[in-house]
Amino acid sequence: MALLSIENVCVSYDKVEAVHNVSLSIEAGQIVTVIGPNGAGKTTLMMAIIGLLKSKGRMEYLGQDLARLDVESRVGQGLCLVPEKRELFHDMSVYDNLILGSYSREDRSQVPQDLEGVFERFPRLKERRSQMAGTLSGGERQMLALGRALMSRPKLLMLDEPSLGLAPLIVREIFRTIASLRETGVSILLVEQNARAALETADYGYVIETGEIVQSGPANTLIHDEKLIAAYLGGH
Amino acid sequence: MTPDIAAILGVDGIATGAIYVLVAIGTVLIFTVTRVIFIPFGDIAAFTALTLAALDTGQVPGTIGLLVALACLATLVEVTSLVRKQAYREIPYAFLYYLVIPAAIALVVWLLIPLKPPLPVRLAMALLLILPIAPLLDRIVFRPIADGTVLLLLIVSVALHFALVGLGLLFFGPEGVRTEPLSSFHMEIAGIMLSGQTILIVVAAIVFSALLYLFFDFTLVGKSLRATAINRTGARLMGIRPARAGTVAYLLGSLMAGVSGILIAPVNTIFYDSGFLIGLKAFVGAIIGGLASYPGTAIGAIFVGILESFASFQSSAFKDVIVFSMLIPILIWRSLAALHSEEEVDE
Repeated sequence: MALLSIENVCVSYDKVEAVHNVSLSIEAGQIVTVIGPNGAGKTTLMMAIIGLLKSKGRMEYLGQDLARLDVESRVGQGLCLVPEKRELFHDMSVYDNLILGSYSREDRSQVPQDLEGVFERFPRLKERRSQMAGTLSGGERQMLALGRALMSRPKLLMLDEPSLGLAPLIVREIFRTIASLRETGVSILLVEQNARAALETADYGYVIETGEIVQSGPANTLIHDEKLIAAYLGGH
Repeated sequence: MTPDIAAILGVDGIATGAIYVLVAIGTVLIFTVTRVIFIPFGDIAAFTALTLAALDTGQVPGTIGLLVALACLATLVEVTSLVRKQAYREIPYAFLYYLVIPAAIALVVWLLIPLKPPLPVRLAMALLLILPIAPLLDRIVFRPIADGTVLLLLIVSVALHFALVGLGLLFFGPEGVRTEPLSSFHMEIAGIMLSGQTILIVVAAIVFSALLYLFFDFTLVGKSLRATAINRTGARLMGIRPARAGTVAYLLGSLMAGVSGILIAPVNTIFYDSGFLIGLKAFVGAIIGGLASYPGTAIGAIFVGILESFASFQSSAFKDVIVFSMLIPILIWRSLAALHSEEEVDE
């Protein structure tokens, strides 16, 4: 059974439909990527899955209808979104941001151990644990957003443009981290403009254009698709 | 003005300011978490004083009727919205939180009144009666329009204040009250008389501010409130419900307002409509703090208290005019100070 499956989902802003009849599914433990150009509806789709935007169509997560759950309940059930804007708590310390990531969890006794885990994964955050989140560099902010998300022990982690606005060296580090998360058993839905890096990391990919899925397949097939190479992967 | 008089006015001003500190901090707390400028906060303080006065004389305070009426209304609103959302499983909780708990408080207080309990118990009874009022008003009035603009919320808040003044007249009557001083202690420092009440007011302001600071810095719930104030979307993505954070903010704010009502009742005669000036002056203090900074708010509220004290000595008819006129230079200064923050708007 799929962890998350969505069928014929449409999302509209007022009268403009930004996502039409999108269907996709993610198995437990899989990394699935949605690639496509700017404005194709990728972020809109993420916002609809987490519940920040209203949508039509069917969304099923762990066998239950998502429409009945609000954002906070979805988070409580292990859905977690790292949004494009990160949405960190700028006037709070790195430590407080991470602790708030664990807010929805019941197993409080495991939190210190997970915090250590995040600090091991991102030693830079440990150095800056008492610094305000707003004073961090772009790369550190993305690490903090990822770390904060991991503190919720998500079952499905949704990453919206994790490489956006970061230096190439940091981008490589972020993708290495995403790939290494596979061992923890978390499923990942990765939305990216950086199609090559995303397909190299993912198991399966969807291509979205002007709100519709135009192509899908195993990531290692898509990465060799000539049309895709011409459109998104910059030749070779 | 002699130095002696200035010193007396200063002490008096600090005590008045300390009262405003409590109400102003509650105002800032609620504004940052819910974006509501809760004008009726002064009314909450005044109602606490009226409740305590009734309890002191062994009468049933009007607060009981007010609380039960609001609880019934809030339950009706909540259950209606749950039925509309088809969330039937949550209906029992709605009855528990919005009806059973407030009604239980009202019942316990009502049963305790004939026993003539000692002062500390009466204080606790008054605070218990007052605490649920603001959260219930939030459920009835503000939650249906929670996504509205700050201006809309402010207009509704002002309307709610006038409604509460009317309800105050209905439930408490037009008589003013003054409660017994909480302490008969007196001391003299450098020729200035300090009453126990003055010391108590200042100590209470310091203690409650410190407790709030500890709550924000060391508890997960406190941090979740700060997170909601800083970034609502971010907080929701962590599973923090803004509505629940709002309820906690209203409870804490009501506690601060209730304590200030208890402290001011022996010093000033309180009527059903006395809350407006308390709330408005605390609001001036909160504006000095930019409606965001707690230390700034505390300093602002003390400043308002001292200004009021000296203004009432110079020309008592104009003391309120002088305090509220301060708003104009303060707003000019705040708007100049806030210019640089426009680039942070996207958060």
